[in-house]
Amino acid sequence: MIPAKFDYVKPGSLDEAVRALADGGEDAKIIAGGQSLLPLLRLRLSYPDLLVDVGGIDELRGVIDHGDSLVIGARTTHYQVVHDPLIGEHCGLLAQAAGTVADPAVRHRGTLGGSLAHGDPAGDLPAVAVALGATLIARGPGGEREIAAGDFFVDYLTTALEPSEILTGVRVPKLGGDWGYRYEKFHRTAQAWAIVGVAALARRSNGHVAEARVGLTNMGSVPVRASAVEAAAAGAEATRDALNAAAASAADGTEPPADLHGAPDYRRHLARVLTGRALAAAAGV
Amino acid sequence: MTATAESPAAELGRARTRKEDARLVTGQTTWTDNLVLPGMLHMAFVRSPYAHARITGVDLSAAKQMPGVVAAFSADDFGEQGSLPCGWPVTPDIVIPHHPPMATGEVRYVGEAVAVVVARDRYTAADAVGSVDVSYEPLGPVLDMKTALDEGTPKVHETGNLSYDFVFPTSGDIDAAFSGADVVVEREYRQQRLIPCAMEPRAVVASWTGDDVTLWSATQIPHVLRFAIAAFFGIPEQSIRVIAPDVGGGFGSKLQVTAEEVLAVLVSRMVGKPVKWNESRSEGNMTVHHGRDQWQRIAIAADRDGRIRGLKVDLLADMGAYLMLVTPGVPILGAFMYNSIYKMDAYAFRCKGIFTTKMPTDAYRGAGRPEATFAIERIMDELAVELGMEPLELRERNWIKHEEFPYATISGLTYDSGNYEAATARAKELFGYDALRAEQAERNARNDTVRLGIGISTFTEMCGLAPSRVVGSLGYAVGGWEHASIRMLPTGKVEVVTGSSAHGQGHETAWSQIVADQLGVPFEDIKVLHGDTQVSPKGLDTYGSRSLVVGGMALVGACDKVIEKGKRVAAHMMEASENDVEFVAGRFQVRGDPEQGRSIQEVSLATFAAHNLPDGMEPSLDSEATYDPHNFSFPHGTHLCATEVDTETGMVTIRSYVAVDDIGKVVNPLIVEGQVHGGIAQGIGQALYEEAVYDEAGNLLTTTLADYLLPSAADLPSYVTDRTESPADNRLGVKGVGEAGTIASTPAVVNSIVDALRPLGIRDITMPCTPERVWRAIDTARASAASGNGGASSNGGAA
Ligand SMILES: Cc1cc2nc3c(=O)[nH]c(=O)nc-3n(C[C@H](O)[C@H](O)[C@H](O)COP(=O)(O)OP(=O)(O)OC[C@H]3O[C@@H](n4cnc5c(N)ncnc54)[C@H](O)[C@@H]3O)c2cc1C
Repeated sequence: MIPAKFDYVKPGSLDEAVRALADGGEDAKIIAGGQSLLPLLRLRLSYPDLLVDVGGIDELRGVIDHGDSLVIGARTTHYQVVHDPLIGEHCGLLAQAAGTVADPAVRHRGTLGGSLAHGDPAGDLPAVAVALGATLIARGPGGEREIAAGDFFVDYLTTALEPSEILTGVRVPKLGGDWGYRYEKFHRTAQAWAIVGVAALARRSNGHVAEARVGLTNMGSVPVRASAVEAAAAGAEATRDALNAAAASAADGTEPPADLHGAPDYRRHLARVLTGRALAAAAGV
Repeated sequence: MTATAESPAAELGRARTRKEDARLVTGQTTWTDNLVLPGMLHMAFVRSPYAHARITGVDLSAAKQMPGVVAAFSADDFGEQGSLPCGWPVTPDIVIPHHPPMATGEVRYVGEAVAVVVARDRYTAADAVGSVDVSYEPLGPVLDMKTALDEGTPKVHETGNLSYDFVFPTSGDIDAAFSGADVVVEREYRQQRLIPCAMEPRAVVASWTGDDVTLWSATQIPHVLRFAIAAFFGIPEQSIRVIAPDVGGGFGSKLQVTAEEVLAVLVSRMVGKPVKWNESRSEGNMTVHHGRDQWQRIAIAADRDGRIRGLKVDLLADMGAYLMLVTPGVPILGAFMYNSIYKMDAYAFRCKGIFTTKMPTDAYRGAGRPEATFAIERIMDELAVELGMEPLELRERNWIKHEEFPYATISGLTYDSGNYEAATARAKELFGYDALRAEQAERNARNDTVRLGIGISTFTEMCGLAPSRVVGSLGYAVGGWEHASIRMLPTGKVEVVTGSSAHGQGHETAWSQIVADQLGVPFEDIKVLHGDTQVSPKGLDTYGSRSLVVGGMALVGACDKVIEKGKRVAAHMMEASENDVEFVAGRFQVRGDPEQGRSIQEVSLATFAAHNLPDGMEPSLDSEATYDPHNFSFPHGTHLCATEVDTETGMVTIRSYVAVDDIGKVVNPLIVEGQVHGGIAQGIGQALYEEAVYDEAGNLLTTTLADYLLPSAADLPSYVTDRTESPADNRLGVKGVGEAGTIASTPAVVNSIVDALRPLGIRDITMPCTPERVWRAIDTARASAASGNGGASSNGGAA
């Protein structure tokens, strides 16, 4: 498992990195934790000429409190996401999901930005970003722009980022204390990818679910927002039966993949079962 | 049964931490891939992308022109290559196809080597692989054992797709047993194909000096490898040195003479430089020999009261494309084990070895015995259901009682000892068997969506391979003895040389403990040497749970001889009669006058000085011994597994696992626990996670560990382990433990899953019992229950 030849630079600032990436053109790629990119290089499924390592850029790390939202640096590792007190307090769903990613070694290297920029629908964090209504902040030669998570994921391993753009951070709206959440990941071994994952958020009020948001992992070529479920759950009684009923439409319109871990019909079935469970947990029932 | 009377068992049974671990776990040691020799070049293989094809051309010219590439070779460059050996022709008319290390003419599995490039660094070598242009004319793949013998199926070899048809000499009147029985249960089980995943991938370095070659290899079998290279590739044995430096696991996969090892030797000679090859995990998944892969048809006949009358076994075993070192023998080892711990009147066994266009299969932890144990333990549960009997009770009615040992089994072995009652009683107690059964009944009664199942495996196995005479009569090419020597150093320290080279088992620690007891020297003063045919010239290596029961006994034999010689020297030093000298805890002393004595260290120094030795005595205490066991070793045990099966998702969770093993005396409990834990994990791997999958074109789909799932610590329960002890028929009183956990655990887990789902009308799930398969089985059973076909059977979906 030996990658093809590539050049490597490790700029010390964001500006330098943007320049390096632009200079490298189509064949340059960012490397963050390397936990998705290196396997592709080693399997010789990807042949970049230049890797721009963003590991030396301090501005891309850490969490900043902006009042009603948090901005999490793209280079923040899964491990840091799991343990960050601000994230724990204001968007615990993200921390919970990041805690299910792979194993400790991968969580110490892999980054939030890398997970999202990679655009793998089997990754746990894209569906979470969609459910949380996060916004992705990108910097390119032309300056900075913000992209809603729902618009960011374009296709399998394809995002709205331009080749010359760097993802710098993720803006996540803070959740009020009346929101509950649950990331329900179904996988065969602790280290394995999700066969199906469900990111659910529920705001409870008077024994009912006032509002719900549901994102699905690995149910299509991009993370899926289960809007039919959200609509059915809104106003539903906070009971298992009611939420299971709402979850019945979880697989509607999805085109889940077929692979060694599950056929599409099995994934659709799982999506329904797990969505019911995730909603119930999020609603505290 | 116990250590020699005169040596107190100070070390035997002590949970010493392993002296080799610091260097192994930090990697600060000579793993083969850590070796760097002056001028060393790197090999990379061009491998077939086709399961079956004619090679119509290999163009190496572009690769050869790449900067940094030194040479490139295809089969033509090697001339007459010789054939990789198969050491176990199980029938007189077995078909053993020619198996050149580098494919000539045809490729017969994806991953077969068709060319090799040699470059100054491994990056260049890997790049150059892409520049080799091989043209193929595709031929039909053969992927299904069941249709491989049908007319019109493409032929893997000119002779067809049958390698052998082995019929075990039937014991008893099998027809009478079946026709006279009240109940006959027949099932078919699938042993899926497995990929051994040793932590250290294979690695090879070969280097010639003049006419002599040194081959470093991550192998389990340095001695057998040296012999094989000499015998089959025309290099004089005395010119070959094989070194297995520290080796990171094997599980049978490094019990092999591989194409890459042989090609390293040949290529190094051709380029006149040392060469190295280190496989990647994906390359390994394709080309490390695979394990299991059988269809098992098994029928059991019994009386209403549960007494077993007869057992019939009919196997199809996938050999893959070629026969490698012990490929054909693996299922045949199982022939002795289907009857397991049970008494019966008659037994019949037959196995057909089938060629397919897949990677050859060969020994994988347990080799033949896990398959047998699985089938018999699974069908015992089915028979219990048929008879309406408690499954443990059915087993107890049939097993050999502890007072009946030694016991000659229906398959022709003599079990030396065992106490199935004791192991089972202890396991039931630790498991809380009755309470779990009650909980299960209660949950079934309320149709719990998460079902509880209880799985039983009362197993035994044959290991400690093996009595040379016995394996010889089975057609096995070499014997089963083991060699050891003891070198007494002038300072009183001891070098122990063993032919049984460890690849992770902790021999250095265990062997030191044994020798410390035998010679009465401190554990720390002992150095164990192994794994280099120049340092340890004789041996038959490590596999088949043989190291302690065979190699350990060789150690004891060598220690005896040291003590005998030491007695002579000590008697001479003390001016006493040799007959009056006894050896107690490291001292030679005069019987009745223990004050008078010489320590073994003093005697060792005096022998080295040689100033004053008995007349005619050689100035050396060094001794060696070769031990050939007279029987196999028969560890046994009772494993109980409780699983929770989520009927909504198909997810299986192991709730508790109890393993009570009888492995005789324990040299080091920590090492034994390690073997038991790892063994159980590997068996659970087969039950729940692992499967090598080829697509319909014969491409291996499970080339990475993201697709070939292995359980890790995070997926496994905390095992409850304990031991019972019945005496073993050797001086240390020990039995093998390296494979027991793997053999026992697979049926325990699958039995528990089926037990959980039986109320839904399910009577089998094909391994690995993935959530999808379990869910499909439930779905199918529910559908057929709804349509009125109660008692549906299902094998789960073939995902
Ligand atoms: C064994 C294993 C198991 C895993 N299991 C899971 C799992 O269960 N769930 C899961 O979600 N993930 C899993 N992963 C992937 C892991 O989460 C990775 O951390 C993540 O997918 C990528 O993050 P990274 O920082 O390593 O990115 P890299 O691998 O460095 O990069 C990935 C891609 O993103 C691009 N990129 C990275 N950072 C930026 C940036 N700032 N701006 C623009 N582009 C960027 C790169 O160019 C590349 O295309 C697993 C990985 C491994 C090795």
